[in-house]
Amino acid sequence: MSEGIGASVKRKEDKKFLTGKGKYTDDINRPGQVYAHFVRSDVAHANIKSINTKAASQAAGVVAVYIGEDVAADGIGGPICGWVVPNRDGSATHEPPHPLLAQGKVRFVGDAIAVVIAESVEQAKSASELVEVDYEELPAVANLETASSGAEIHEGMKENRYFDWELGDEAATDKALQSAAKVVKLSVRNNRLIPNAMEPRSALAEYDDLGGSYTLHTTSQNPHLARLILAAFMFQIPESKLRVIAPDVGGGFGSKIYVYIEEAVCIWSSKKINRPVKWTADRTQSFLTDAHGRDHINNVQLALDESNKIIGLRVDTVCNLGSYLSAFAVAVPTYLHGTLLSGLYDIPTIYTNVKGMATTTAPVDAYRGAGRPEATYLLERTMDAAAREVGMDQAEFRRLNFIPKDAFPYQTAVALQYDTGDYEPNLDKAMEMIDYKSFEARRSEASKRGKYRGIGVSSYIEACGLAPSAVAGALGGRVGGWESASVRVDPTGTVTVFSGAHSHGQGHATTFSQIVSERLGIPNANVEFVHGDSDKTPFGMGTYGSRSLAVGGVALSKALDKVVEKSKKIAAHLMEASAEDVEFKDGKFTVAGTDKETAFGDVALAAYVPHNYPLETLEPGLEETAFYDPMNFTYPAGTHIAEVEVDPATGVVEIVDWAACDDFGNLINPMIVEGQVHGGIAQGIGQALLENAHYDENGQLLTASYMDYCMPRADDLPSFKVECTNTPCTHNDLGVKGCGEAGAIASPPALINAIINALSPLGVSDMSMPATPETVWRAIQNAQARAAE
Amino acid sequence: MAEVSLKVNGKVENHEVGENTLLVDFIRETVGLTGTHVGCDTSQCGACVVHVDGVSVKACTMLAMQAEGSEVTTIEGIGSSEKLHPMQEAFHENHGLQCGFCTPGMVMSAIELVSKNKSPSEAEIRDGLEGNICRCTGYHNIVKSVQAGAEKMGG
Repeated sequence: MSEGIGASVKRKEDKKFLTGKGKYTDDINRPGQVYAHFVRSDVAHANIKSINTKAASQAAGVVAVYIGEDVAADGIGGPICGWVVPNRDGSATHEPPHPLLAQGKVRFVGDAIAVVIAESVEQAKSASELVEVDYEELPAVANLETASSGAEIHEGMKENRYFDWELGDEAATDKALQSAAKVVKLSVRNNRLIPNAMEPRSALAEYDDLGGSYTLHTTSQNPHLARLILAAFMFQIPESKLRVIAPDVGGGFGSKIYVYIEEAVCIWSSKKINRPVKWTADRTQSFLTDAHGRDHINNVQLALDESNKIIGLRVDTVCNLGSYLSAFAVAVPTYLHGTLLSGLYDIPTIYTNVKGMATTTAPVDAYRGAGRPEATYLLERTMDAAAREVGMDQAEFRRLNFIPKDAFPYQTAVALQYDTGDYEPNLDKAMEMIDYKSFEARRSEASKRGKYRGIGVSSYIEACGLAPSAVAGALGGRVGGWESASVRVDPTGTVTVFSGAHSHGQGHATTFSQIVSERLGIPNANVEFVHGDSDKTPFGMGTYGSRSLAVGGVALSKALDKVVEKSKKIAAHLMEASAEDVEFKDGKFTVAGTDKETAFGDVALAAYVPHNYPLETLEPGLEETAFYDPMNFTYPAGTHIAEVEVDPATGVVEIVDWAACDDFGNLINPMIVEGQVHGGIAQGIGQALLENAHYDENGQLLTASYMDYCMPRADDLPSFKVECTNTPCTHNDLGVKGCGEAGAIASPPALINAIINALSPLGVSDMSMPATPETVWRAIQNAQARAAE
Repeated sequence: MAEVSLKVNGKVENHEVGENTLLVDFIRETVGLTGTHVGCDTSQCGACVVHVDGVSVKACTMLAMQAEGSEVTTIEGIGSSEKLHPMQEAFHENHGLQCGFCTPGMVMSAIELVSKNKSPSEAEIRDGLEGNICRCTGYHNIVKSVQAGAEKMGG
């Protein structure tokens, strides 16, 4: 039906946002609320000799001032690490404590030292200026390359290294490299990014002294997980005494997965002063303290045989995880990165070593794609370099090395088993969309205008639908990877879905309703969607890793199975037939071989008004819950091709065309899928051309505002051509794979490869991100200087 | 503190405000209209765009007192859930929003853009929205929305 699976239904959630009626955390106020403002370190690394809060405490409107000792006195713990890995030598990841407010030491600019709570935001901010902190400054450790020899950041943590992890067969890989006809070597830097969801983080905590319980409104992608971590690990209070509500959330991109210290301080202080406490970051604080993303250095060695087939891959990675280990910081460069190094290529042996380093910078964790963009970038840059070195067309070199479609399920050399895939149609389609075969004519035409035109290919795979719990657990995860959904059918046949996933732009109210509409044959308008409130929804793991549909949507499908199964039994009773003979289609129950029929609404009514009902064998009511733990990851894949023109005089890169062909399996709502791809590509283009989080040698973040951190704006981007192919996922009921991160994963190497392709006639063979006009212009000058020598 | 009197969405608002109170804080905190958002602290993101006497203004760059005697229109004042403004309709029909946070400012900027240029080209739309940051959509569908909105508005 037109409102069901596969239809581009317009979004249910739009109207409230378009009319200004969205309710984000900062839009919510509670009677008697006060405002928190944090005193933050303005130096990167220092011992705190003393803190004087006396003047601040006496300032106008100030209700309380707290420092680390106050938190410690109440025994409140800091944020915990949700994933750890073993080191190569068998020892464990170093997990240093992360106090809510500094305990004698600060480790990055923005580290919270004190909180000032006042009657107004202005009063809290003004009083914060009166808090005197006496520092004994220590050397900053701001540079990833030299972090291991820098000053000790955490007591007893050697060489500022959190972990030193490996995956794959080192001996076999080194042997392949030694025996190779050709070894392609490349060193790439994955630039550090700041997620920049448009809604800054915010928290509003309230304590109810009658019930001894707390309510926290917060900007979270996973309210239940936040509640678990806050209650069980940080506050050690009964989980049921904390309600976490993530209302409308203005984008996340990974940065709102974690519990941050500000939320915990608001909860803690709301009880101490027995008033609601609100905190909302200004953008500067977001830049300084939201978990950053990426920041890898990857050294790659790719072994080829005489026929240009890949026979081995070695990747040595050093990554910057910042001052404290954020919740999933360890998983990102290891199990979300090392396991993806086979890409969509048939590579017999792979070895990777990853060193996770501490620096005196903000914590680094997942940002859209999380590990997979880094893997794709290094691999697709290397594939491009390899194609150039062996003199093959970049597309055909990839095609030669694709895992053939008859090789699935395919066991990679780095732990994952791809259930299904067919990569050539994506490549072919993307080439057709961008008219790849006529490119050289366009290059010639551009050169007559003094422009260098280039085309760049990126073929990617990602592991989505995080995560099979057993696999996650075996690999160091401390949480499960399932998702939940409840379906409540009302007596009149309308439906409410309660989901453990969280929508912060993805449009779940629309897509999840489409699944219900398809399965129960009821209008989309008869389905309500509830999420984001730990008191209302079943325990759920939230939204990240392109998992909402592939895990949460499948949980909904399983709950609907249960509803249909029970409904059939009720219908069988009403129609005096055997349940096995009852068929359900388009909202109607029929009995095979008869003209008997009953509507879904009649069955729902019978369930709640059980006057004629098999009560001896069946409970009344019609409400079912399912928890679904996936069998495997899902593996979306595809090819993006970028076409650019570079002005050699200015170094300005213009994106003149973009073709994306992705295989996301079955689509619930193609309109929403396309929107996700557009947004992902834009973030990838931001990484490749514009964005960079830059710390100076003193650990000061030089890019802490939109004046300095270059966000993609409308006039920086082109329109995109987006198409899909479909090989349905083989191990979930909906055949879906997930689409949220693909654009951000595929796009950076496509763009950088296109720039290198454009400038290769000038002798340019490398380009760093972001490829700003200055970077591109210098690369051209350097290449020309080399050519002149 | 000082008295300020202005109209917001046609309704007279007389309030005592701080001399340094920003228009955006006045709209959000004093008038209680939270559709106008604050996304940055450097007047860069455009989430707070409102119309002051018909001209789009970043409400974080203006003091409430500077709007004395003005007519301010916010996202809540251009249409209703029963009858959306043509630009709001166009954003809905073209999937021009995802998380919704930048949307009010984006719609207000788009309306002003079209009021000055009844049938803008893609390049003119991209240029005209340069002061509004969206992190979700990649702007592709926002551009489509503004084109469609311009047509609906009679361009």
